[in-house]
Amino acid sequence: MYVAVKGGEQAIENAHRLLADRRRGDRTVPDISLDQISGQLALAVDRVMSEGSLYDRELAALAIKQARGDLIEAIFLVRAYRTTLPRFGASEPIDTGDMKIERRISATYKDLPGGQMLGPTFDYTHRLLDPSLAADSDPASAAERDADRGPAMRVSDILGQENLVEEDGAASSDDPPDITRSPVEFPLERETRLQALSRGDEGFLLALGYSTQRGYARNHPFVGEIRIGEVALEMDLPEKGGTTVIGRLLVTECQMVNQFKGSAKAPPQFTRGYGLVFGQSERKAMSMALCDRALRAGELGEDRTAPAQDEEFVISHCDNVQATGFVEHLKLPHYVDFQAELELVRGMRAAFKETRETVDDNPQPEAAE
Amino acid sequence: MTQPISPSSSRRNHRAAIVAQAPDAALRQAWATYPDDPAFTYVRRPETGLVCVRGRIGGGGASFPFGDATATRTTVRLENGAIGHAMVLGRNAERATIAAVIDALACDPTAATGIDKHIIEPLAQALAARDAKRARQTAATKVDFFTLVRGED
Repeated sequence: MYVAVKGGEQAIENAHRLLADRRRGDRTVPDISLDQISGQLALAVDRVMSEGSLYDRELAALAIKQARGDLIEAIFLVRAYRTTLPRFGASEPIDTGDMKIERRISATYKDLPGGQMLGPTFDYTHRLLDPSLAADSDPASAAERDADRGPAMRVSDILGQENLVEEDGAASSDDPPDITRSPVEFPLERETRLQALSRGDEGFLLALGYSTQRGYARNHPFVGEIRIGEVALEMDLPEKGGTTVIGRLLVTECQMVNQFKGSAKAPPQFTRGYGLVFGQSERKAMSMALCDRALRAGELGEDRTAPAQDEEFVISHCDNVQATGFVEHLKLPHYVDFQAELELVRGMRAAFKETRETVDDNPQPEAAE
Repeated sequence: MTQPISPSSSRRNHRAAIVAQAPDAALRQAWATYPDDPAFTYVRRPETGLVCVRGRIGGGGASFPFGDATATRTTVRLENGAIGHAMVLGRNAERATIAAVIDALACDPTAATGIDKHIIEPLAQALAARDAKRARQTAATKVDFFTLVRGED
């Protein structure tokens, strides 16, 4: 018989004290500051903001410090914090065409208007560890060159001029659905899928995107364009008499261009997948765009044969806070559940033994098998 | 590319846009140089909350929410009765308060001129300079393609 017990308060308290001690580590080493995390581990901060679904560099840096660098734990902390805040309203949709470009590349057009601007990229590095970073480093200041003026044209607009690529679709003015306010009900609109993908786990979406390249829902992707930079966030504030800029956000946008054969009604045309995330995170934006395109299988009349095309599978499992919550709850005490299972197995074994003994007492030829 | 982002031609929205985009330290410094330090009371104390951030499918299609951002809003009243509102990204109450006081002060056309001269114009210039520098740094990473000509001479 199992008797419910209480206890562990002291153990838990001491475990958390130990956690705080280990988090701080060697006291002779200076404490890491939020500015250092925000400035020098900037891409970790970007990931926490994106998957934590909250744009606030300082909070994301704090979460990373508190989580000892465990980014999924940090994302969990940010998600928990954001539930404590009231929502003032929704912004105007950001205009990525009017971005202060930090990086902008296209794999489809060499000579696109505005040019290929590599920005601060890991691309073309040799991926050799740099021992000089082990000590304090003071790199040369960035090179400068006169910049073009005016916004850089979107690659999708260039293809759009010849009707070779599908358009963005109608710019609806309705309030879009929001999975943080109302439960997810399948099948989803593309807007809702994009919201879920934008806060989805980078690793999960990367693997699914990779699977589409390897032939599970192959759709021949090209990077039409990746752009990273700051955009103004505008909000309609009646007390200010209209739409007002309330600040800036750093975002990454990926326009994936994919093949499509066309149909009896429509001439052949490229289709697209779209990725948009907080911060500088092009791997995530690209993975999101690949998954967005794969999930449009139904809309585009393609057979749904691969995991990346299965909306319910992808969207239900892409949230790493939900996933880690359910996986990690397994380590919490399940003493009563297990006791019940134990009793059950013991009972079944007893019954089994009894049957065997009965059989042994009265041997029957067919039971020997 | 080097102009600060400002969607509206109205002076009031231009001021709000510049203040909202200025770095914390620059805003505090610009405010410190303003000759007047007006008394005010809060009509609505600074409150931090969320703004749902929306994008558009493909950049120009149907809108969808892709995250939230922290924002702080407040409303102040000056002794002359002028009301100022502000909402700025982040959780900095001081920043929101300065923005609201600037909004209230600028209700008076004379004071507005001083605000523009001492605060808005310097901040706008600093912002434009920052943007221009970053644009030049990015421009230096622009790829100049060239073709290798094969021939005898």
